[in-house]
Amino acid sequence: MNDQPSKTISILLTLLSYGAVVLLIVLPVVLILHEALRQGVHAALETLKDPEARSAIRLTVYVTALVTVINTAGGIAAAWTLTKYDFRGSRFLVSLIELPISVSPVIAGLIWLLLFGRQGWWGTWLAHHGVHIAFAVPGIVLATLFVTFPYVTRTLMPYMEQQGRATEEAAFLLGAGFWRTLIRVTLPDAGWALLSGILLTTARAMGEFGAVAVISGHIPGVTETMPLHIETLYNGYQSVAAFAMAALLVLFAMTTVLIRMFLERSFRKQHL
Amino acid sequence: MKPLTVTVLRPTRRHTLPGFSLSLGLTLLWTGLIVVLPLTALLFRPWHNGAGTMIHALYDARMHAALRVSFTCALLAVLIDLPIGLLLAWTLVRYRPPGHRVVDAMIDLPFAIPTAVTGIALATLYGPNGWIGSISSQWGLKLAFSPAGIVIALTFIGLPFIVRSIEPVLRSFPKDVEEAAFLLGASGWQRFRLILLPTLAPALLSGVGLAFARGVGEYGSVIFIAGNQPFHSEVAPLLIVMRLQEFNYDGATSIALILLVIALLCLVAVSRLRRSVSSGLVREDGA
Repeated sequence: MNDQPSKTISILLTLLSYGAVVLLIVLPVVLILHEALRQGVHAALETLKDPEARSAIRLTVYVTALVTVINTAGGIAAAWTLTKYDFRGSRFLVSLIELPISVSPVIAGLIWLLLFGRQGWWGTWLAHHGVHIAFAVPGIVLATLFVTFPYVTRTLMPYMEQQGRATEEAAFLLGAGFWRTLIRVTLPDAGWALLSGILLTTARAMGEFGAVAVISGHIPGVTETMPLHIETLYNGYQSVAAFAMAALLVLFAMTTVLIRMFLERSFRKQHL
Repeated sequence: MKPLTVTVLRPTRRHTLPGFSLSLGLTLLWTGLIVVLPLTALLFRPWHNGAGTMIHALYDARMHAALRVSFTCALLAVLIDLPIGLLLAWTLVRYRPPGHRVVDAMIDLPFAIPTAVTGIALATLYGPNGWIGSISSQWGLKLAFSPAGIVIALTFIGLPFIVRSIEPVLRSFPKDVEEAAFLLGASGWQRFRLILLPTLAPALLSGVGLAFARGVGEYGSVIFIAGNQPFHSEVAPLLIVMRLQEFNYDGATSIALILLVIALLCLVAVSRLRRSVSSGLVREDGA
């Protein structure tokens, strides 16, 4: 199939597809870095030292860490349950777990308002007892939990499915208990897939905008995460500051993407 | 939880591994608290003052317009992403040109970059003073702050879904089938249309479904570039936010429920279509 015209076509198609990637993906990323460094590196870094910027970074790190831990634990439990046992209703459970991917982020914020907002089911009662969830940090955590819910399960499941159950059964017969089998046998073997899922969760948690915008109330310095602070800065025509923070998030996103690429490659080498 | 465990979530055979109830319990608790509980609130809220709120919402012309904008733009974006995604997956898997690993990694960026960051970047890039916007406006083409801007943002958001759904199938596609077709005299286009496309169709459809659902609900990347004029460039998720800012929870929830139901119906339709397209010949990895 290596005739001459097909060679020309392959070069043409490659140029075309690379052109599309440059136009669609590379250009926006370059623009973000360009806008952030418009007044030099120093000016960009200076904007990140602003107290509101620092509080936004702190809040984002806190929420991301908490959400990643909870959804990783839940994701492992779900992937284990769905792949190591057969039970009726498992397909329904899978679609339920994957549902948040198809729900608009705005709706993901709204549903928590319906529970904990001022007009929500429990909002007034909780506020009466001094518990604030909507327009406060717990609400942001809940909204982010919903949005990043499926990723660990989704990346783990295909891999655990492939693993089969023989190793676990052997471990169990040799006397290992449930926790020992999970922690010492299954997870180390699925390490790559697990790490990849965790990175995906972290990246999405860090950047969640719509859901957090709805539930957080946008209070600068208190409930503003990095993406929300970017919106405030951008709408306030503080372009350098907005793009500096955007660049920070982009660099983080690029790092997670690169690490996942290496993980997947070493994983594929290991198993082919 | 107890009766449910007994009737529905019962093991279909005796498990050799211990810990079934423990791990199922944890999974149900996690899913129940984070997904089922809040979504139940969404299901019940629009009716708590009678059906009036929902009927009122159903006849709201502004909502019709917003839904139309959301669904049309998402559809257009997916239609643009389809050929680009197909081309990209094909090039990366088959030709493996120099730098294909880096390009392959870059395809995940639209998914990893926060939507608000995408929003301000695209609004600047395609705005009247932007690198692309200034060129296009010379030709009388207004991209940002119009429905075209929404399509641009959703095209960016949707691309990884299309590429990632086709890639694994393309990679595991047996080369000898194509070689056989080649030896039997099929042209390149025939091999693509008659052999590859039918094989890819199911994976392609699931990618389309995900990208479409994502596009319909997209908020962060859209609002900066859309212009947000009611009846013209206002997307449905933005209208929900507007209603919330008016403290109209019932109105917001009605729109949210309608948006969610239509989006899920689209997904069901896509998966039906997928099942009828895959004739059992295709092995689907990943996706």
